[in-house]
Amino acid sequence: MNIQAVKVIYKYEMLRTWHTLFQSIASPVLSTALYFIVFGSAIGSRIQAVDGVSYGLFIVPGLMMLSLLTQSVSNASFGIFFPKFTGTVYEIMSAPISFFEITVGYVGAAASKSLIIGVIILITASFFVDLRIEHPVWMVTFLILTCVSFSLLGFIIGLWANDFEKLQVVPLLIITPLVFLGGTFYSVSMLPPIWQNITLFNPVLYLVSGFRWSFFEVSDVNVGISLAVILLFLAICSAIVWWMFKTGYRLKQ
Amino acid sequence: MSAIISISNLSKTYEGGFQALKSINLDIRTGEILALLGPNGAGKTTLISIICGLVSPTSGTVTVSGFDIIQDYRQTRREIGLVPQELSLGAFEKAWDTLRFSRGLFGQKPDDVYLEQLLKDLSLWDKKDNELRTLSGGMKRRVLIAKALSHEPKILFLDEPTAGVDVELRKDMWDIVNKLRDSGVTIILTTHYIEEAEQIADRVGVINAGELLLVDDKDKLMKGLGRKQLIIELKDPIDKVPESLDSYAIELADDGQELIYTYDTQGKSTGITSVLQDLHAAGLTMKDLNTTQSSLQDIFVHLVQDNKSNA
Repeated sequence: MNIQAVKVIYKYEMLRTWHTLFQSIASPVLSTALYFIVFGSAIGSRIQAVDGVSYGLFIVPGLMMLSLLTQSVSNASFGIFFPKFTGTVYEIMSAPISFFEITVGYVGAAASKSLIIGVIILITASFFVDLRIEHPVWMVTFLILTCVSFSLLGFIIGLWANDFEKLQVVPLLIITPLVFLGGTFYSVSMLPPIWQNITLFNPVLYLVSGFRWSFFEVSDVNVGISLAVILLFLAICSAIVWWMFKTGYRLKQ
Repeated sequence: MSAIISISNLSKTYEGGFQALKSINLDIRTGEILALLGPNGAGKTTLISIICGLVSPTSGTVTVSGFDIIQDYRQTRREIGLVPQELSLGAFEKAWDTLRFSRGLFGQKPDDVYLEQLLKDLSLWDKKDNELRTLSGGMKRRVLIAKALSHEPKILFLDEPTAGVDVELRKDMWDIVNKLRDSGVTIILTTHYIEEAEQIADRVGVINAGELLLVDDKDKLMKGLGRKQLIIELKDPIDKVPESLDSYAIELADDGQELIYTYDTQGKSTGITSVLQDLHAAGLTMKDLNTTQSSLQDIFVHLVQDNKSNA
């Protein structure tokens, strides 16, 4: 295994975060703080407790998921799209490195960045609400699985996109609506029955629900199903990345 | 000399049906400078890209130091450095950082002493902390060479290295290439500047329309295939070539002041004696005689034209 290559890709990608510190870290933290002020304090104070959890506290896992999903996708997609755009990807493709190692380098860095952002948001949230985490190990497990699987999805988008528009279109038109409609700011039980059934087709629901369970032991769906769905999603994304490299999709002619 | 790269029956057909390479067979010798000449779209970059792992071959095999480029890609790619045609570099990273990145990517442990020497050799040391976007085109080209050499490869591919480079830098570039050859690196370059191939290469390969038309030692090629011209300066200018000289490949030049006779050095006889005799019989008086050896460019143009007319 070419450990040196994985290390330099990882380090290069992490360094990029410091070059764009505001965009990478300050921006999600600021937007989360605004969500807390608007939804948690201003509007939340007029909403009754959900499943016995105050509304301000209830939205913490959902807000973290909102940032984790969008940041994982955007970091990983940009990380591999940019070398394609500038042409420097030739160096990666001609190096003695396997697709697995390339993926570990890029996806590992993108997932690490999301994890850091997740932790920062958690700390930010602690200034607004009295945090409690019932199952810290499961919380960390869901956190890591989400960061890795959505970084893989971002990596796929970055490999697939051949212009900036395509790079933006999936996060904007698919990820964001799915996150907002996946129970980020509400419990599914608050929806009319027909919408409850439709929401069950939204994979993000399972992530938010499982994650929320690890905090408060309240969930919209069984936590086992949540875990199974995220593992299935991880497997599908891994298989797609494997196929893309095997066929050289948009990388190799 | 042993072959460091062996290419057998290599073909490439792109999606859409364009056949870029047609059953190429070529052995590249250890330590040589091989220049690949060919017009745009001839298949030069495709050939390089397949060996480096950027393009998948349709059929055929390539081995580097005895290893297959697909099965044993880790071994083969470690030995190869590639300088691409385009100035493909990041914008905001520093020259020093990009070199360390390249070295690590090829599986080598950091070696700042080697990289420092490399930057000094390429006159880049004072630019090591500059962001790449601030460098001139020539400096960027040097950075690309430094990146390609950062992992101490045995083989260096230079794809059109002097395209868009000024005369001074071009000279520097060839000095660098010569030094590398002296250090034992095998160099394969593609170029449009035939005179450079003529100056620097040990062997020359001519590619056209996906076919390798010939590969030969440069000197032998020029001697063997070289056409020579006998330039006859006349004392008095003439309007047309006399009919008695029609059977020769003679052209009138310089407003009738010169006759140019082209002959093949490989032919049984050059025909010079009879040309001169017939010239005398036609009543023409010579002022001066001169011969010129055809350049690699002439040979190249000739080969490509023959290839087109045979197609």
